Amino acid sequence: MSHFLDRLTHFSAPKESFSGEHGIATGEDRSWEDAYRDRWAHDKIVRSTHGVNCTGSCSWKIYVKGGIVTWETQQTDYPRTRWDMPNHEPRGCARGASYSWYLYSANRVKYPMVRGRLLKTWREARLKHGPVEAWASIVEDDAKRRDYQQVRGLGGFVRSSWDEVNELVAAANVYTIKKHGPDRIIGFSPIPAMSMVSYAAGSRYLSLIGGVCMSFYDWYCDLPPSSPQIWGEQTDVPESADWYNSTYIIAWGSNVPQTRTPDAHFFTEVRYKGAKTVAVTPDYAEISKLADLWLHPKQGTDAALAMAMGHVILNEFYFKRRSEYFDDYARRYTDLPMLVQLKEHTLPDGRTVLVPDRYVRASDFNGKLGQANNPEWKTVAYDEGGRVVLPNGAIGFRWGPDGRADAGQWNLEAKEARHGGDVKLKLSALEGDNSPVEYVQVAFPYFGGTEHEHFQNSPQAGGDVLLRTVPVQRIALGKAGDKRDTLVATVFDLQVANYGVGRGLPNDTGATGYDDDTPYTPAWQERITGVPRDQVITVARQFADNADKTRGKSMVIIGAAMNHWYHCDMNYRGIINMLMMCGCIGQSGGGWAHYVGQEKLRPQTGWTALAFALDWIRPPRQQNSTSFFYAHTDQWRYEKLGVEEVLSPLADPAQWQGSMIDYNVRAERMGWLPSAPQLKTNPLQVVRDASAAGVDPKDYAVGALKNGTLELSCEDPDAPQNWPRNMFVWRSNILGSSGKGHEYFLKHLLGTSNGVQGKDLGVDDAKPAEVRWHEHAPEGKLDLLVTLDFRMSTTCMYSDIVLPTATWYEKNDLNTSDMHPFIHPLSTAVDPAWQSRSDWDIYKGFAKKFSEVCVGHLGVERELVLTPLMHDSPAELAQPFGVADWKRGECDLIPGKTAPQMTVVERDYPNVYKRFTAVGPLMSKVGNGGKGIAWNTQDEVRQLGELNGLVTEEGVTKGMPRIDSDIDACEVVMMLAPETNGQVAVKAWKALGKQTGREHEHLAIYREDEKIRFRDIQAQPRKIISSPTWSGLESEKVSYNAGYTNVHELIPWRTLTGRQQFYQDHPWMRAFGEGFVSYRPPVDLKTTGEIAGIKPNGNPEIQLNFITPHQKWGIHSTYSDNLHMLTLNRGGPVIWLSEDDAKRAGIVDNDWVELFNVNGAITARAVVSQRVNPGMVLMYHAQEKIINTPGSEITGARGGIHNSVTRIVLKPTHMIGGYAQLSYGFNYYGTIGTNRDEFVVVRKMKRVDWLDGEAATDTAHA
Amino acid sequence: MTSWLDNLLFGYYPYICLAVFFIGSLLRFDRDQYTWKSDSSQLLRRGQLRLGSNLFHIGVLFLFFGHFFGMLTPHAVYEHFIGAGAKQLVAMVTGGIAGLLGFLGLTLLLHRRLTEPRIRATSKTSDIVIALLLWVQLLLGLATIPLSAQHLDGSMMLRLAEWAQRIVTFRAGAPELLAEAGWVFKTHMFLGMTIFLVFPFTRLVHVWSGFASVFYVFRPYQVVRARRLNLPAGHNQPRQPGAGI
Repeated sequence: MSHFLDRLTHFSAPKESFSGEHGIATGEDRSWEDAYRDRWAHDKIVRSTHGVNCTGSCSWKIYVKGGIVTWETQQTDYPRTRWDMPNHEPRGCARGASYSWYLYSANRVKYPMVRGRLLKTWREARLKHGPVEAWASIVEDDAKRRDYQQVRGLGGFVRSSWDEVNELVAAANVYTIKKHGPDRIIGFSPIPAMSMVSYAAGSRYLSLIGGVCMSFYDWYCDLPPSSPQIWGEQTDVPESADWYNSTYIIAWGSNVPQTRTPDAHFFTEVRYKGAKTVAVTPDYAEISKLADLWLHPKQGTDAALAMAMGHVILNEFYFKRRSEYFDDYARRYTDLPMLVQLKEHTLPDGRTVLVPDRYVRASDFNGKLGQANNPEWKTVAYDEGGRVVLPNGAIGFRWGPDGRADAGQWNLEAKEARHGGDVKLKLSALEGDNSPVEYVQVAFPYFGGTEHEHFQNSPQAGGDVLLRTVPVQRIALGKAGDKRDTLVATVFDLQVANYGVGRGLPNDTGATGYDDDTPYTPAWQERITGVPRDQVITVARQFADNADKTRGKSMVIIGAAMNHWYHCDMNYRGIINMLMMCGCIGQSGGGWAHYVGQEKLRPQTGWTALAFALDWIRPPRQQNSTSFFYAHTDQWRYEKLGVEEVLSPLADPAQWQGSMIDYNVRAERMGWLPSAPQLKTNPLQVVRDASAAGVDPKDYAVGALKNGTLELSCEDPDAPQNWPRNMFVWRSNILGSSGKGHEYFLKHLLGTSNGVQGKDLGVDDAKPAEVRWHEHAPEGKLDLLVTLDFRMSTTCMYSDIVLPTATWYEKNDLNTSDMHPFIHPLSTAVDPAWQSRSDWDIYKGFAKKFSEVCVGHLGVERELVLTPLMHDSPAELAQPFGVADWKRGECDLIPGKTAPQMTVVERDYPNVYKRFTAVGPLMSKVGNGGKGIAWNTQDEVRQLGELNGLVTEEGVTKGMPRIDSDIDACEVVMMLAPETNGQVAVKAWKALGKQTGREHEHLAIYREDEKIRFRDIQAQPRKIISSPTWSGLESEKVSYNAGYTNVHELIPWRTLTGRQQFYQDHPWMRAFGEGFVSYRPPVDLKTTGEIAGIKPNGNPEIQLNFITPHQKWGIHSTYSDNLHMLTLNRGGPVIWLSEDDAKRAGIVDNDWVELFNVNGAITARAVVSQRVNPGMVLMYHAQEKIINTPGSEITGARGGIHNSVTRIVLKPTHMIGGYAQLSYGFNYYGTIGTNRDEFVVVRKMKRVDWLDGEAATDTAHA
Repeated sequence: MTSWLDNLLFGYYPYICLAVFFIGSLLRFDRDQYTWKSDSSQLLRRGQLRLGSNLFHIGVLFLFFGHFFGMLTPHAVYEHFIGAGAKQLVAMVTGGIAGLLGFLGLTLLLHRRLTEPRIRATSKTSDIVIALLLWVQLLLGLATIPLSAQHLDGSMMLRLAEWAQRIVTFRAGAPELLAEAGWVFKTHMFLGMTIFLVFPFTRLVHVWSGFASVFYVFRPYQVVRARRLNLPAGHNQPRQPGAGI
């Protein structure tokens, strides 16, 4: 009725008075209340989450009203934890809660878009040619190619249609495969765990056509190589709930409340239970105020602090008093009892000293200790009686033919392998009194004296070599008749000496007390880190004492902050050593909690089959991105860091010549690292040539490589034959976020306007020895850059084709995390808006078109695939002693032994689409597996057929299980993975039991009948099933903790010794000074000297260390363009600097400033804050440069992203391969993109130019 | 002989304005309750508001009632108590003071609205237009005072009141009464009617509620809207959440 008329009935309306006329009840209209009810009313709630790059993996309720996503709230229905623990929920943060803004924002990519100039040329060419010929006519004409390349990033997109872009992309792919080879097609997509089917869509397509999937974890520098070095494990960490089981937590460079927001509650809750917490961060971060104690070492010097703590722990818990628990743990689970041989070394001053060499192996002994199988890979120790023994568990026991004598001895039982008797290993030569001990001086490299303009050093009397007294023993090695006496020491004795702990030995040069200024005492670190010695002693003592009393419940939560330094391995090993010394690894509530970008893909073994098309073709092509981009964005041409700067003072510089890329080339040649592109010749052509010559393609390739007719691409990355040609980017914003050396990407890979300021190596500079130098560096290697995204990111701006993907609320997918043990879905709350499609559908579209377009150009083809010596495969035993390069004539070229493995694979190009959409035959024929174990999976394939249906269309896939929709794909993953299929879990544990000789099925048998399906997880997140893929357990008794099954199930770590390794004995590790841990100061990248003061604007210039932590208002670049998050911060790029530095540079808060060096320039507003230490400038990484970024006074172009001032530097130790745990694995080992050693010039801007006038160039429209 | 224009502006236009005023207000009240508000900008900035708003409202309320009773009270009702001349003088003095207060207040408010970026950005066109209209109207009203001072006999006042009374009582001959009124008066009147015309389309609708708030004085301490009262049965039940709009 009418509101007005209602008023007119005022006097007749029913009313009742109450309380004696004090109150009145009326019948007035209340329908106005509906407006408030409708505000929170909705048609349905759908479970989904946020699909890329955030470890949170929080389940969300997505509210839909009238077909529109209205908002999201946190789900609160996680399965309960145990009675004595808080629950996981609520999980979520402000960033996730703002996601729905993207769906209908102006920034949404709504239609397929193509660079105008390219589309115009394409349409013209298509009038005259077929698709492949049309693409050829464009890219073979340099003028046409450069025409669109050089305007990348400058706008000029026009709307196209799916049919047109699919054809264009397919034509480009077909052309590239035919002309250059499939390994010139690369794809970059990160961290599959958060939306694994979307990742798999692209990687399945690429793997079917022979393209290359690029790694991300190492590239992001989130991979700590120390983890594979020590444990043979990429990274495994406790779930956040396990923090609650701890009683002493150090948050070391991890800003938990800011970057682990949904998990931070466990950190707070455990404090109520009485746990002590310590924060170690250079700046006053959010975690600093959450902890009981805040230590703030100078940034980049954490290793010095950790070394000093390790010094205290060794001294007080191994010598002043021996902790019974630590002692037992060290003998059983670490390499401390293992024997290392010592060798003589002549110092430059002529003195002869001993240095640690490699572990003694069974093969060193006469008779090889009776070992027929892999004696070179079995390490030895002393037993209590002083006899050399062969303990179980070394990696040599892991591999070998079925039925071998040492089968089932790959375990950590305290047993002698030869006779199976119980054995207690000796930690030190000084234990017992039955063998003669000598005391010798052993040399260790010392880097703490290195001078650095910005970091305090601590020069020592011995210069860069420390001589320490070590008790050693002499043993006889070698075959009968070829005997040699060798001095050996235990890793423990060497380690104690390395830490400088004085034991009162004859001529002991170790510290006599904590106040000695000798490495690595608390007093010594004070000068370097600035942390008071008492604090170091107190924290170390409490940390160890707590671990001693609780059997290992001391934990370190560690973050990217420390891993992004060039010498991150030292930071990490320093801390991990503390944890291993204190027996914390593998104990609930203890251990190493590194939460950086790893984001555990729990149903991994189910997923790899789908993602890399292992059901059709093995092996897939996978490449480590750091080395790839170093070569192909030509950053190597600007390398200023010399090998001699990172070499150990105990290595002979004459033997370690060349530049960083030379080492990478050698690593690729020796089969250590992968390469892409692989050969200068098209791999299809290699097989054709071999067939023409009537030779087996592998033999042909070996011969041709040796005589030089076949070249590896890595030896000439600038030759057009070796360029990457097509690149797909999906679920990623590589050019707006992780692209270290951003401006080099723009210049060389894309060939467009850029801000590179420095010159490449000049006439006088030494050039790399292994790589061909071209006078003019190529610009614009990529023919085609295709990006799939839901938002117009920086990468989209630089792409040739931008395709609209479904958002995280518009597609079906799976999501897991390392932070909690649940698997839960992304679901279609609403259908993809505008013309967007799910990643699965987009790649399916490419596959379909590809299958049509390739006819007449590509049929069933055979090609040669090169893969490195892979970790968790028998090839990791390829090179037991020394390093030999076949190209230099040091050994013969034997694929899989001294060179990459070679496999001839068959690709059925016209059937790519059919293969894409069906489960291929290899799953039934060969089986499935991962991390070195394999099992039969025929039952699961049959059940998949029953679940998804069988292909009924005629053709090569008829009768195979379907994978049509994204939900079908999810079911494939969950059916095949042990984590989501109980029967598979039992099979997997059985398979592992064959190697360890132990029974493990009890870990999964109680869930054998469970099968988790997609609809189950839509109903509620499900806890996954324990599997041998991971080192922790999902049970009702313990929280997930890394290394738990190693310690409690006696499964060896996948390292050389089978134990956690304090020592790294590979020749390159020793040569680069990292056999043992030490402190190494940041390296000098020499990027500011050439540019400071060159282009003055009248304002003072200061130099600061450039630190790029994770931000508060975004997850990497996601949300950094979201209006809600921009409103909470300052609405555009900002940097933080200290009050002192700001004063020095005449900067006040909110001023526009510029950060620059030879790599490029950034423009941003300044936040002047007491939070920041003098000497550093913080820039939260990955703030999109498409938002509120003015022009740079240095480059004249728009200011860049944070990576505009960085450049990749490689580290040779990360290239090692074919050596047990130091073997390549995708995202497991390899070079990493470090960036924290970088310095920038900071200067207030004089003129803020928004560059918003008309562009000078006329952008063509199709 | 009245001109065609006078006839239109002062004979017909008042009815158009009043019709729009009443029907418009009613429709807006009925159809668009969420827009029925004063749109205060107090949240955005407090400065200038307390003084400006109070001055303006005191002034303008006095002027409203002054005009209302002054114009619409038949002469016969009050001539026994006060002469036309005296009444005019009282009106000029009190109206002048109130007009001045209102003018000062509105000037402050207008300045605030135009110069404060946040308020400017959130202002609707109608907010600025109505403020300007009122400001000009107050200025015109003040400008009539010196004119009135030239003929203190009250005759013009009586004619104007007579015009108004004829209009509201639907009697003929209203426009003719204004034949000799000066342009200032006429403009003031035209603008006044125009304000009635735009009234339903602006925040001025809160004036209705303002007057209605007088009833607050008479209400019981507690007022409860009970669901069980009122008919027909079920009619007044709130809808289920999610039942659609």
